[in-house]
Amino acid sequence: MLQYTIRRLLLSIPVIFGILVVTFVMARSIPGEPCKAMLGEKATAEVCERFTREHGLDKPIPVQFGIYMKDILQGNFGKSIRFSRPVSDILIERLPTTIELGLIALIIATVIGVPLGVISAVRRNSAVDVGTMIGANIGVSMPVYWLGLMLAYVFALLLKDTIFWLPPSGRLSAGLAVIPFYEYYGWNLAAGSASQTVAEFISNLFIVNSILIGDWVVLGDVVKHLILPSMALATIPLAIIARITRSSMLEVLRQDYIRTARAKGLVERFVILKHAFRNALLPIATIIGLQVGTLFAGAVLTETIFGLAGVGRMLYEAITARDFPIVQAFTVVIAVGYVLINLMVDLTYVFIDPRIRLE
Amino acid sequence: MTDTNTTNENETQDYRSNSLGRLTMRRIFRQRSAVIGGTILIFLILVAIFAPAIAPYSPEEVLIGKEDVSKREGPCIHLLGCDEEKPQHILGVDGNVRDQFSRLVYGTRYSLYIGFTSVGFAIIVGTILGAIAGYASSWPDNLIMRFMDVLLAFPSLLLAIAIVTVLGRGLQNALLAIAIVSIPVYARVVRASVLSVKEQEFVAASRALGGSHFHILFRRILPNAISPLIVQGTLGIASAILSAAALSFLGLGAQPPTPEWGTMLGSERNQVFSAPHLVFFPGLAIMLTVLAFNLLGDGLRDAIDPRLK
Repeated sequence: MLQYTIRRLLLSIPVIFGILVVTFVMARSIPGEPCKAMLGEKATAEVCERFTREHGLDKPIPVQFGIYMKDILQGNFGKSIRFSRPVSDILIERLPTTIELGLIALIIATVIGVPLGVISAVRRNSAVDVGTMIGANIGVSMPVYWLGLMLAYVFALLLKDTIFWLPPSGRLSAGLAVIPFYEYYGWNLAAGSASQTVAEFISNLFIVNSILIGDWVVLGDVVKHLILPSMALATIPLAIIARITRSSMLEVLRQDYIRTARAKGLVERFVILKHAFRNALLPIATIIGLQVGTLFAGAVLTETIFGLAGVGRMLYEAITARDFPIVQAFTVVIAVGYVLINLMVDLTYVFIDPRIRLE
Repeated sequence: MTDTNTTNENETQDYRSNSLGRLTMRRIFRQRSAVIGGTILIFLILVAIFAPAIAPYSPEEVLIGKEDVSKREGPCIHLLGCDEEKPQHILGVDGNVRDQFSRLVYGTRYSLYIGFTSVGFAIIVGTILGAIAGYASSWPDNLIMRFMDVLLAFPSLLLAIAIVTVLGRGLQNALLAIAIVSIPVYARVVRASVLSVKEQEFVAASRALGGSHFHILFRRILPNAISPLIVQGTLGIASAILSAAALSFLGLGAQPPTPEWGTMLGSERNQVFSAPHLVFFPGLAIMLTVLAFNLLGDGLRDAIDPRLK
């Protein structure tokens, strides 16, 4: 298994290298001078020249690529052109928002989608089944941003004075503040050290942070803000997971060993959960892993609608503003994350199905 | 969603006609989802063709000074008790005082155009790449498919956004971006079927008869590898329409005043609390169109290749 993991990691190097090349080429072929885009059309030639030199944009393209590769291998993503701040700082700020949003959406999609799929398969052609499949078809056909806007309309406006009211934008209500857990406990972390970076990253996961310091008011508020965006983001994955679960279960329920299990007189619930579901799990795990890509794409739209400062929206803004360092770093992080998550999914196969030997 | 209760009775009926085309058609008509999807699609195509006859106004006609309506006014339907004195706008008017219903009707044309052209382009390029990869094996296969892997490693919408930024905003470029992003899917599908078809005996026979590589690949193998492509293409149109609308929504696709649904939604999205009808209906239209292609694709898949279910 270790050997397999290492080989898979080595095999993903060409893909990741390809991603780096494509990202670099694309970022450089965006038309227009980054200087004019950043500093405005009125920027003088001198100002522009200094700007290009400072950001290394005056060097030949192959040299720029070399510098870019070297920096990335060293984990140095450079400085954002637009914010004049290290890209890694921005990443530490923004990534947790998207991770929280994506993870909650994935949990919603799995926790609702899998049982719905199982019930649909077991009670085939029942009202639940037909309803689920109609719902799933509509779900995959729904524009995420439209659903988001409609949810905001219903929960933030129509249900305004009820207990069901939910905030339509932001991560936290005005007047509330998140105290980073390391400050709360009075830890002394050296600025710029690795431990400080990790601590800051964790404290930006607002849910984790507020649990760590036991601030239930903030926790409630953060969760309230996350409900609508994660519901919108979860719809498409939910629909896909429910469909795959159903068809995978139907396939297994047809097998002889299920008939045998029933003939033995096993309790139906036991047959479904132990004998059928266990064996239907493989395609379900695969499809859940593949949803990560959908989630990232959906995050661009969801974060835009709900005013969340996450990676998706940042990347979209950076692309349109020609902020090369951010575009490169964020794309690399997203693509590498995607490759790694799918590797992890492949590794879980061993636990799901002990017959599988990864070699 | 599928109805696969193929009884023996139906099977015997099939023998009345031995034409493969008619057999397939009959199988398709037995799929409930294909029939529903196909019906919605035909309806949409008719709406697109007869848009000028259906729409009461021109989609870009600004009604300021022509009629007594104000900006973002809600729907007014005479049959439902709206004041007869007022001009009828069944879906209301938008932020530039244009008839929302007329814009929605014309928008059908853009959606269908986007779906068919971008997928058409992606299928052509993807088929050529996938066919070469599957037929040639060894290094062309490796080269092409690894590049496809790289494209697949990006979340598709983000890649499309990046391509549009490089090419510049606008409907044509958005179409191209969506086509490029979806090429890998078709390349993979075609490669997989070419790999399985090329081992069959009729291909060996064709080779023994001295057929050229070009002849064997395009006249012998591809026609036999095409059915998964039809299914994938139909489903692909659905996601192409969805992505194009998303790009337009972000302001990267069709530009105002084009009556494209995503653009309409995007330009009024901040008015969702004050004028929800301007957001609700374009989104509903997108959903209906995407749903039609999804249902049709599912039905076709079940009819053409029951193994893939």
